[in-house]
Amino acid sequence: MYLAQDPTLADFGRDPWWLVLGKIVFAFAFGLLATLLGVWFERRVVGYMQVRPGPNQVGPFGLLQTLADGLKMAFKEDILPRAADKVVYFFAPTISVICAVTALSVVPFGPMVSIAGHWTPLQVTDVPVAVLVLLACSSMGIYGIVLGGWASGSTYPLLGGLRSSAQMISYEVAMGLSIVAVFMTAGTMSTSGIVAAQAKGTELSIGGFDLPAPGWYAILLLPSFIIFFISTVGETNRAPFDLPEAESELVAGFMTEYSSLKFALFMLSEYVSMVTMSAVTTTLFLGGWRAPAPITTFWAGANSGWWPMLWFFAKVVALVFVFVWLRGTLPRLRYDQFMRFGWKVLLPINLVWILVLSGLRSIEDWDAQGKGIAVGIPAGILLIATLFWPTRKPEPKPTLQEQANNRPYGSFPLPPMDLQVPPSPRTRRVVAEREPANIAAGSDGEV
Amino acid sequence: MTTQTVLAAAGGVSGGEQVTFWILAPLALIGAIGMVAARNAVHSALWLVLTMLCLGVFYVLQAGPFIGMVQIIVYTGAIMMLFLFVLMLVGRDASDSLIETLRGQRTAAVVLGLGFAGLVGGGLYRALGDTTAVGLEQANAEGNVQGIARLLFTKYVFAFELTSALLITAAVGAMVLAHVERRKEDKMDQIATMRSRFAPGNYPGPKPGPGVFATSSSVATPARLPDGRLTERSTPEILPVREMTDRETSLKGTDK
Repeated sequence: MYLAQDPTLADFGRDPWWLVLGKIVFAFAFGLLATLLGVWFERRVVGYMQVRPGPNQVGPFGLLQTLADGLKMAFKEDILPRAADKVVYFFAPTISVICAVTALSVVPFGPMVSIAGHWTPLQVTDVPVAVLVLLACSSMGIYGIVLGGWASGSTYPLLGGLRSSAQMISYEVAMGLSIVAVFMTAGTMSTSGIVAAQAKGTELSIGGFDLPAPGWYAILLLPSFIIFFISTVGETNRAPFDLPEAESELVAGFMTEYSSLKFALFMLSEYVSMVTMSAVTTTLFLGGWRAPAPITTFWAGANSGWWPMLWFFAKVVALVFVFVWLRGTLPRLRYDQFMRFGWKVLLPINLVWILVLSGLRSIEDWDAQGKGIAVGIPAGILLIATLFWPTRKPEPKPTLQEQANNRPYGSFPLPPMDLQVPPSPRTRRVVAEREPANIAAGSDGEV
Repeated sequence: MTTQTVLAAAGGVSGGEQVTFWILAPLALIGAIGMVAARNAVHSALWLVLTMLCLGVFYVLQAGPFIGMVQIIVYTGAIMMLFLFVLMLVGRDASDSLIETLRGQRTAAVVLGLGFAGLVGGGLYRALGDTTAVGLEQANAEGNVQGIARLLFTKYVFAFELTSALLITAAVGAMVLAHVERRKEDKMDQIATMRSRFAPGNYPGPKPGPGVFATSSSVATPARLPDGRLTERSTPEILPVREMTDRETSLKGTDK
């Protein structure tokens, strides 16, 4: 039974209709439940970090607080601004939600399991370009925010929408580039294939030694993982990158004019996309539904049956915790800092890393001497360049007199350098008039 | 490989493919027509997004999943988003004027457009109507993505690199044209700023606010200087200076 756990592309598309429907409903319900629990989780965790209880009244541990808030939101008045573009205003939140939920359809929740006699993968569907489907969903999800901002017909939402479009385009470039490294290593774009590719550690041979490398791409492709996670934070509009809804500058950004269920839909899409992005990060970099390393060594069955869903959810919750942690810790970036970070830091690092990685992969089959030359020459050049890089010598600081002499004509007059300010006569008078304090006589008479 | 891909590779058209086509083809057409007909530029862009999405699905249907997804990510996700970005900066009420400058222009355009579409469609149908598709299976033998990659990086590598060089040149050129870099000499330090501020001919104080000592409180009405002259500097440059007529400034007779 432990054989053939990994679904291949051929395993998809042969389920009966009720099974497909069941999987879709499951993925959808997962998104909604994750939102309900995610809001609660975030408020509790942020509350803990800020040394306050957080929601704890409705239900056990305040678990039903989000549900109550959601119900309350549904009964609020739905305001349509007079200047709004009615059709676009109506559709914008739905676009956001649809795109956020659709992305869940290509996320593998687990291996092949048997459901009512059908041997089927725990994943709605998979295509040869599944990761591109994810990218497409996230890039279409921007439309909801941008159109919502535009259609509201007022200034703050418009600014929020503009920011969000610029932000998401910038960070999607960094995100796409960091996935390139995963494609190169896994050799496939299907999500189930990428999970399968992280199953076993590869053997790295460095200087004749065979070192077992871990299978997770988070370790193997660490720069890609870090950049990918940072750009997912940017892509989901979460703090510290929540500039489209920066409440200190833009009220609530693109959703300022929204109320009632439409506002709830925007909130839903934000949390669903946070969970989706965590699930995607888990799939691409953290081994997907596979059990973390020490578990499999003493429990062979950890990766079979329904158990993998547990590992998957645990990883997703851990990543969501990181999202919340970031929000509780980091202040919001300024807009220009944010853009500079995306284009001038993440992007160049990513490009250099891809270049290095493809170089390493192309010399994989060479003999030891060739490898040594291929790695040694660029490393030597880099070393020499860093050693002999012309350092900008700080100019010797001019003395005070030089600074004073160098001042241009017409500057304010300076007092003389050796000016001795005489003590104020009032001070002298105050000291003279002060009554001696009555101090009890100590062992030595002088205090 | 999905069933549809296999079917398409075999040259057949499955029922699902037909249904999808007949649902999405009208939508794509409606999007194209709506894009031309919409008065609001943002609505126009949205109709175009609809057409592009339908095209993406068509590519996927015709055994080209990679190009379909790239169509959606690049064209719909990035390029149309940049369009929207610019359109929003222009302003949400910027609508096309519908005044015909040339008489009968619209009718002529519709007739000619329909005729051209008919000619192209008819020609294509006559030429390709009973052609059977071959070679899809060989092209997608190792998978669609791998097939495209093999062609791009072997046979068409030169064209591919040239295209990317062209695009980079265009991007750098646009940046060079748009980027205004102030020369070092042009940067004024604090002392130079002060000098120019107190130089003869420049009024060192803050500008008079619009409407101050003026005959009206409109921002378009210039302020008066202490000597009674009007100052142009108090009004925004894009606003025309408007002096009130005698009739407007005279008493309306409402205050007894």
